[in-house]
Amino acid sequence: MTDFAQKAYTLETSPSLKRRHAKEARFKWYGRIAITIALSFLVFMFGAIFLRGMGAFQQTKISIEVTFSEQVIDPNGVRDPEILALANYKPILTAALTRTFPNVIERRDKGRLYKLLSSGAVYEMGKLVSDNPDLIGTSQTIWLPASSEVDLFMKGKIDTSLPEELRRIKNQDITYIKALKQSGQIKKKFNTAFFTNGDSREPEMAGILGAALGSFFSLLVCFMIAFPLGILTAVYLEEYAHKSKLTDLIEININNLAAVPSIVFGLLGLSIFLGVFHIPRSTPLVGGMVLALMTLPTIIIASRASLRSVPQSVRDAAFGLGASKTQATFHHVVPLAMPGMLTGTILGMAQALGETAPLLMIGMVAFIVDIPQGVTDAATSLPVQIFLWADSPEKGFVERTSAAIIVLLAFLILMNLLAVFLRRKLEKRW
Amino acid sequence: MMKEMTMLSKIMTASVFALSLSACGGKDAPTLPTDNIHTPAQTDYMRSQIKIVGSSTVYPFATAVAENFGRTTKFKTPIVESTGSGGGLKLFCSGLAANHPDITNASRRIKASEVKRCAENGINDIIEVKIGYDGIVLANSRKSPRLELSLKDVFLALAKNVPDGHGGTTANPYKTWNDVNSALPKVNIEVMGPPPTSGTRDAFVELAMEGGCKTFDWVKALKKTDKPTYKTLCHTIREDGAFVEAGENDNLIVQKLNANPSAFGIFGFSFLDQNVDSVQGSVVNGKAPTFENISNGSYPVSRSLFFYVKKDNIGKVPGITEYLAEFMSDKASGADGYLAEKGLIPMTDTEHEKWETSIRALETLTLD
Repeated sequence: MTDFAQKAYTLETSPSLKRRHAKEARFKWYGRIAITIALSFLVFMFGAIFLRGMGAFQQTKISIEVTFSEQVIDPNGVRDPEILALANYKPILTAALTRTFPNVIERRDKGRLYKLLSSGAVYEMGKLVSDNPDLIGTSQTIWLPASSEVDLFMKGKIDTSLPEELRRIKNQDITYIKALKQSGQIKKKFNTAFFTNGDSREPEMAGILGAALGSFFSLLVCFMIAFPLGILTAVYLEEYAHKSKLTDLIEININNLAAVPSIVFGLLGLSIFLGVFHIPRSTPLVGGMVLALMTLPTIIIASRASLRSVPQSVRDAAFGLGASKTQATFHHVVPLAMPGMLTGTILGMAQALGETAPLLMIGMVAFIVDIPQGVTDAATSLPVQIFLWADSPEKGFVERTSAAIIVLLAFLILMNLLAVFLRRKLEKRW
Repeated sequence: MMKEMTMLSKIMTASVFALSLSACGGKDAPTLPTDNIHTPAQTDYMRSQIKIVGSSTVYPFATAVAENFGRTTKFKTPIVESTGSGGGLKLFCSGLAANHPDITNASRRIKASEVKRCAENGINDIIEVKIGYDGIVLANSRKSPRLELSLKDVFLALAKNVPDGHGGTTANPYKTWNDVNSALPKVNIEVMGPPPTSGTRDAFVELAMEGGCKTFDWVKALKKTDKPTYKTLCHTIREDGAFVEAGENDNLIVQKLNANPSAFGIFGFSFLDQNVDSVQGSVVNGKAPTFENISNGSYPVSRSLFFYVKKDNIGKVPGITEYLAEFMSDKASGADGYLAEKGLIPMTDTEHEKWETSIRALETLTLD
């Protein structure tokens, strides 16, 4: 006994203590290393996307002086905006270019000269004139988008050391660009078209607005369906339903549905919404309905967890004061659970925002130029637009793809921030 | 009493609002002022917008025409979906109602079985439109030398089973291009190509693989005596890792070729055309995959591209004849048209004119 007491180590001299400390330090370091690796993946991913995508927020534009001749645009003088938008502006543009480069005479050279400008430049002129018919008959210096090749060249993305035949931009084009540069007629400007246009096959004309609105309308429909349905389901299951085999079965099924691959919901949408109810294909209406099916389990599960976290004493107090079940629930329990429900809903919606697979089946993965005006107009969504641009052969779409990813990430971050904000601001701690 | 239901009523209003909104959208959307510009008299039409589905190879061309059509006419821009040739024809032939597409693109000709399926669903008058040609290339990075292959080399390098030289077949033993043909470099066979659902894969198998397969006399004889065996031998691509299915994204294949100079990729000419600075197409049977060689038919792995239109829908959906006119105009599918810039190999002027006339007359398809 005494032996043991003499041999007993003090806290300072215990060899196991050192080991334990070392173990703790090691474990801390493991954690730090794991975080560093995870963060560096994230930084690498964001860095790559931003580096590639930032270019798309600028677009090379060429300034030329054009004469909006009445004879070409509106010979009958009716000033109908529709006619003004569809008029043939090509002669005006070629005349203006010929004036800028009076030394270019050969037909072949002229052909290359005209290709410096985007094929969408004429449509932009049409829009300009139909918005402001007073321009007719005047001469204006306007900035028009350059073609994608010129744009890539200006951004230094074309390797000019390659032999000429391997480049899409020829030496002749480069001399034109240099001349324009000297006179300050070619510049990189903020790319407003990217935020105001729908999809296009010309990278310099392609914009994200159509897809963003498509996503917005889909999410709107999704929210309108999934939120009330999800919350009422959760309230009933949590507050009213008696625990039975049936409710157990429902609960298991809801949990299972949350884990079902999203493409399955797309197939369901195809056969039910399109096949039976004949809802128009490719519309945000049907897209939102499919996404609602997908988000419902998430919302129900989150809402139930949130309702469960409201202490029983709140209900008991309400009952004690003579409240009915419905009064207790909707007066006290649901408002207290609301922040958690909203957080769950927003996270579910954020997940829906990033989905492409279910939309593939219902025809939202498509080339759609017109900007949707409502839930029954054909539309794509942001992730679908990313997918479609990534698949396009034109090089100019590489940076647009990354820029679209940046826009999508921005929306996701906004939604997640909103969820965090709601939780912080409104949530009660018991 | 009012207050007790606030939460419930808020939720209910939300859902009622949702329903009314979707209902409103259905009636109001087409009459929005901005829409009037595109749809002059939508009331008598079953749909205000043309719907197009079909081949992913034709997709880049159809979308370019659709966009130009939408910008230069009063009509709405058609919706183009990329579903693959087979998938597109399936959708196309499933009915005449508004929910079924008006046009389907195809990187091969419509099959008799598909015409029959169409007829079963009431689609008897189909207008066939040939838009031009496409070459399928076997390309590698410019960092490596360009290969000169024969169709036989392609077959031997990629088939699952190859002739063993004694009148039978054996599992493909070739590991490097040099094993296939001693004139080729000692580089491992590594080819990335499209999956079986793709029309490009179908055409590659039919034109390149079968073309090389037929160079063996006994196999050619087999075609007459035992067609199923012949087809299995000639059409089956090896599955031992030398051929990798790279999905439908051809950009990804181009990027992978840059990263791995010894690998080859199979894709359409339009992607080669857009990426000439980094990849090169292999010479096949002495012909390089160039614009001229594909257009005059001397490059062996080339095919025709089509689209099919429901004649019954003309008049029911606005703009179909105008879309056809835009597609067949010289500025689109002509020799110097904008589709050629996108990588389409146009028809010769005489052939183009012939098709243009028959399409203008809305002549319907008859399979011989």
